[in-house]
Amino acid sequence: MKPDLTFVEQVSELSHQNVRRCYYCLRCSAGCPAAPFMEYTPAQILRLVQLGQKEVLLHSSAIWLCIGCETCGTRCPNEIHAGAVIDALRQLALAEKVPVGERTVWKLHEAFLDSIRHWGRLHELTMLMQYKLTSRDLFSDLDMGLAMFLRGKIHPLPQRIAGLEQIQRLFAMTGKDVEVE
Amino acid sequence: MKRIGIFVCHCGTNIAGAVDVERVVQEIRKFPDVVYAVDYKYMCSDPGQALIRDHIREDRLDAVVVAACSPTMHEATFRRAGEAAGINAYQTEIANIREQSSWVHEKQREAATQKAIETIQTIVAKVRYNQSLTPFYLPLVKRALVLGGGIAGMQTALDVANAGYPVVLVERTDHLGGHMAELSGLYLNFDSAPGLLQRKIDAVMDHPNIQVLTNAAVVDVGGYVGNFIVKVEQQGEEMVSYSFDIGAIVAATGYDLYGKEHLGEYGGGRYPDVIDGLQFEEMLRPDGPTGGKVRRPSDGQVPQEVVWVQCAGSRDPELHMAYCSKVCCMYVAKQSMAYKQHVPGGHATVFYIDIRSQGKGYEEFVQQAMEEHEVLYVRGKVSKVFQENGHLTVWGVDTLAGLPIEVEADLVVLATATVPRHDAWEVGQLLRVSTDEHGFLSEAHPKLRPVESLTAGVFLAGAAQFPKDIPETVAQASGAAAKVLSLFSLRQMVQEPTIAYVDAELCSGCGLCIPACPYDARAMHEWRHIATVNTALCQGCAACATVCPNKACQVRNLTNQQVLSMVEAYL
Repeated sequence: MKPDLTFVEQVSELSHQNVRRCYYCLRCSAGCPAAPFMEYTPAQILRLVQLGQKEVLLHSSAIWLCIGCETCGTRCPNEIHAGAVIDALRQLALAEKVPVGERTVWKLHEAFLDSIRHWGRLHELTMLMQYKLTSRDLFSDLDMGLAMFLRGKIHPLPQRIAGLEQIQRLFAMTGKDVEVE
Repeated sequence: MKRIGIFVCHCGTNIAGAVDVERVVQEIRKFPDVVYAVDYKYMCSDPGQALIRDHIREDRLDAVVVAACSPTMHEATFRRAGEAAGINAYQTEIANIREQSSWVHEKQREAATQKAIETIQTIVAKVRYNQSLTPFYLPLVKRALVLGGGIAGMQTALDVANAGYPVVLVERTDHLGGHMAELSGLYLNFDSAPGLLQRKIDAVMDHPNIQVLTNAAVVDVGGYVGNFIVKVEQQGEEMVSYSFDIGAIVAATGYDLYGKEHLGEYGGGRYPDVIDGLQFEEMLRPDGPTGGKVRRPSDGQVPQEVVWVQCAGSRDPELHMAYCSKVCCMYVAKQSMAYKQHVPGGHATVFYIDIRSQGKGYEEFVQQAMEEHEVLYVRGKVSKVFQENGHLTVWGVDTLAGLPIEVEADLVVLATATVPRHDAWEVGQLLRVSTDEHGFLSEAHPKLRPVESLTAGVFLAGAAQFPKDIPETVAQASGAAAKVLSLFSLRQMVQEPTIAYVDAELCSGCGLCIPACPYDARAMHEWRHIATVNTALCQGCAACATVCPNKACQVRNLTNQQVLSMVEAYL
């Protein structure tokens, strides 16, 4: 492995995190709830950023498993939010059209944001339908879905909010539409 | 008949908890010559001492036994109390019934009590024959000798000289400054080492109390604390010999760097572009061989990729030095930052195992190298450095990512171990200072007496004792100077009288006592041909008295008669 020292600059800027401050105490990895499922834990991800291992990172599934709980950043002695760095890596992966490491995570994310962009607020039923179709997984969570419906948690009809154009302006301001396979 | 008083201490529950002190007092009252015995909670306290003084007067005591803790704790206290009441200090003895009875037989009350009684009985037997003694007063030469003209030696010399005492500073080479004179900018501020040193050198050279001898070496040290006789030889156009009367000696002989040729796997000694820390410092010096520019030794080009290898020869019990050389983590951070300042477009990589940055501002300094100067710190020990296609390939592992890493370097700097000077053992022999398992000069106690050696009057300062950086060296040098000054502040030296003496009538001149003495305190009188005792060096261990076939040699207040009485009392 030959280190590429320019990548850390790019990622630090994009994530607004000073990745070079990390001294690999591994407190973030220790507290991360998703770490047991990641092939690279948060501290390892930061190290790979530092070493410029861009391909490895963008193709990984680990960067898609972060749940954004911010335990890492809260506990980091150097105030580095590893989650923010992971977010930046996701952005780069999407921008470079890398096949997403955890496809279903991305599809849920897309379905969720699409719903908000359309109605101004989340409509679970249509969001779930989009997620199930795009993730090509129709049958898991059916039992949970039925239980929620029986408890009145699934509203059949969506509601468009009053200030919808303000929400859509937010979407326009924060980035281009990205199409991903 | 001696009138002996016995004072048994409870020491709170330290003694009374395991020993039945009241019964002890009852039993010891029965011993012959004991005219008074009492127990008390804390004998060392003011009322406890008052008790001793009062009863010496009231009961007209000639001698006192205090049954309490170890003599190392309070022998001096009780001797002073006795003296204050009018008996000679050496008529007071301690019977140790705490460390030797109560503390080691806690659960056996009956046995502990019996042992306490027996211990006191033996001390009473001794005290019965104690003589009143007076301490010896020895003259003291108030001139110091400092071996080594580096930063440690210079600091010690200045501190002693500033206190008004003359100092002889002996330096082997032709200049002062030691290894510090080979450094460039120092951490944390990149202050110029020669600049800082010059201040000290000027102060030393200008000082009326300091005599500097360069190109000089100490060739012989005789005598003892307060009265050393030191022979120095100085090499000029001719050899000049000096003989100095010296009261205290400070060894500040410094360190050497582990030869990089021992690190063959790193190409040390094989490739010109594999250098050590001091060689890199030399490059940074404006007056150095490259005029202050960072250049590859092989072709004079500017290196674009520089690798530092920490722990090169340190922390390696199997092959090299087991210990940590202490200064390398810091100077490598400094050198890598200096390199980035000289060659802003260059890459610096540091291979380390741990980072030891234990000083004020040190941690932040190392972080600065990583964050601001973009030095890549890789945790993992380098396996191999080899030449390939005009550059040096460095093989290591990034343990944090778990991946092997390869760097194509133009220059490799090995942070080699700091080792004792090649002649440290000889210096030790000269000064009667032992060297430790690594060859560094041994301190008297690692925690509580770091600047003294076990030889009275010989002190240590600086890297000769163990690797250390400049702030610690200066602190230690001043510490050694303080020890010297505390010695010099005495009008005379006091020596305990409870040491060996020779009865000239009985001594046959066999000389057995001389090799028996661990302190070099015995000699044969030049023309009388009987044994003599150096009262300044003798520690009263009685090894000589034990070997003497004629009983000519005895230790005061521990005569053969006393020892045998103690044995009989016990039996």
